[in-house]
Amino acid sequence: MIAILLTIVTAATPLLLAAIGELVVERSGVLNLGVEGMMVVGAVAAFAVALSTGNPWLGVLAGAGAGAALSLVFAALAVGLATNQVATGLALTLFGIGVAGLVGEGFVGVPGVKLPPLSVPGLSDLPIIGPLIFAQDPLTLLSLALTAGVSVFLFRTRAGLRLRAVGDAPAAAQAIGLNVIGIRVAAVIFGGVCAGLAGAHLTLVYTSQWIEEITAGRGWIALALVVFASWRPGRVILGAYLFGAVTIAQFHAQALGVAVPSQLLSALPYLATILVLVLIAANRRATMVNTPAALGKPFVPDR
Amino acid sequence: MKRILLGAALALGLGLSPAAAQDPVRACFVYVGPVGDFGWSYQHDQGRLQVEAELGDQVETAFLESVKEGADAERAIERFARSGCDIIFTTSFGYMDATNKVAARFPDVKFEHATGYKREHPNVSTYNSKFYQGRYIIGQIAAAMSDTGTAGYIASFPIPEVIRGINAFMLGAQSVDPDFALKIVWVNSWFDPAREADAAKALIGQGVDMLTQHTDSAAPMQVAAEEGIKAFGQASDQIAFGPETQLTSIIDDWGPYYVARVKAVIDGTWSQSDKWDGLLEGNVAMAPYTNMPEELAAKAQEVEEAIRTGAFEPFTGPINKQDGTPWLAEGEVATEGALLGLNFYVEGVDGQIPN
Repeated sequence: MIAILLTIVTAATPLLLAAIGELVVERSGVLNLGVEGMMVVGAVAAFAVALSTGNPWLGVLAGAGAGAALSLVFAALAVGLATNQVATGLALTLFGIGVAGLVGEGFVGVPGVKLPPLSVPGLSDLPIIGPLIFAQDPLTLLSLALTAGVSVFLFRTRAGLRLRAVGDAPAAAQAIGLNVIGIRVAAVIFGGVCAGLAGAHLTLVYTSQWIEEITAGRGWIALALVVFASWRPGRVILGAYLFGAVTIAQFHAQALGVAVPSQLLSALPYLATILVLVLIAANRRATMVNTPAALGKPFVPDR
Repeated sequence: MKRILLGAALALGLGLSPAAAQDPVRACFVYVGPVGDFGWSYQHDQGRLQVEAELGDQVETAFLESVKEGADAERAIERFARSGCDIIFTTSFGYMDATNKVAARFPDVKFEHATGYKREHPNVSTYNSKFYQGRYIIGQIAAAMSDTGTAGYIASFPIPEVIRGINAFMLGAQSVDPDFALKIVWVNSWFDPAREADAAKALIGQGVDMLTQHTDSAAPMQVAAEEGIKAFGQASDQIAFGPETQLTSIIDDWGPYYVARVKAVIDGTWSQSDKWDGLLEGNVAMAPYTNMPEELAAKAQEVEEAIRTGAFEPFTGPINKQDGTPWLAEGEVATEGALLGLNFYVEGVDGQIPN
């Protein structure tokens, strides 16, 4: 049982990391569709740096840095120059996949460096929770801590209130003296760091290997998770773990000999995403309450 | 202007054609995975390098890696045919129809398709290796080494090649432990380290203590090493990924075949053929038997020798089909045709073949 839960946690962590970052970005009114691109760049940077220095921690930093660097490009264009956010985000994904493929060419199939699991005295020995969270890789713990932190930040702090104000009514926010552009850029960079960490998790924890497009659409799933969670951090955890469970369940079902076509099982996570999105779209009132009102709308400050 | 250019190109082309006889033969390779997969595609590329090393100036090679099966494959093969390749090796089962389609349009180019069975045009040959010979041996080792009596098998696609491997593995295992159980997980991909690792973790979580695969990455070996169970390498010697984990590996060696076929093009003696070689011809080799007791390694060596010399054939009766109906009678050996089209499990394998 623990073994199954463990694989679910591993599958969910990169989704959670990327989704919680994107949630903050979208709460500030910016829609960054470049998650997949930032994630894959983070993955290759983390792998390359960890392999060449032998230190997986430097790899984690490099992953976060690479994600942030790519998000800066997006921030400069979509926030700074007020370009169309959807088009810019899509371009960022294509760009990221291309760059990562180019940089990573020499690293394909090379055994990498693995991030060692945590060992917290006392906590790691707790029943169930211990092996699931405190004896896992540090990024798993970080993903949960980040989610809790984001929840507190958004709804319990003044800075979080400002960020949400910028996402709901940027003109009004500017009128009361908030730096809309500055806050949005900061949010986008946070999203980049998180996506980069998610990528680092893929190549330093999930499999210590690099292949082109290792993200395999996880960035897009993270984007869907933000909608699934209706922009509430707590629900992102729920969504990510549910999705991780569906991903892993197919393998367990097969190994148990459940007579369901494996092709259908392989498609299950994606079908689940579509289903959830449809269900959410059907309940418009509940979603509207939490949707950042200015989501995806470029903002040009009056001077 | 365009017409002038075209004319010039034609003149140039015509002017060059008499010299073509001395030009190096262009041998082109299409791979389904990256050459760095340290598995299937890597081994094909080793074969290509051997062609370069042995035939020197007489040959020029080129390759395309990570070509997806399907429409992409047809484009890639056609591009090669157009760009002046004399012989094209298409090295994945899923390239079968694409290869034959392109071959119809380029009758002067020779096509060699690995692991397929369609030769619709005289310029298409097929070639394969009897990997199942190795799978019988690793099945025996798995049954002898396992404490839980259960092995995990990560499978790619339900094609005869893969099903033959599963059956051979099971026959080998049953020859040691008649009650040996096998858990099979299909990942619907040849090369996807993340999915292969997920499948490996799920299998280990369900109590298998031996892991084997018919997918191309070394990710399952890495997972097995982390979890402290034993595993078998795939396509190449993967000992670097699990120095204390790998028991042996079925190694593909395409070099001799590639050299012979390219040489045939150079000499003008190439003709359509269908080759299915194994341990005897050196197409299939076993990595050193490691991480196991010496007696077991010696026994594996013996079986390997018996298969090589033809003294023993893994698919020898009595063998029943999965549902218990007889397939091969006592002493009856499966024909190559029956093996090439194998689409059912033998008795003792649980589960259904996805279709």
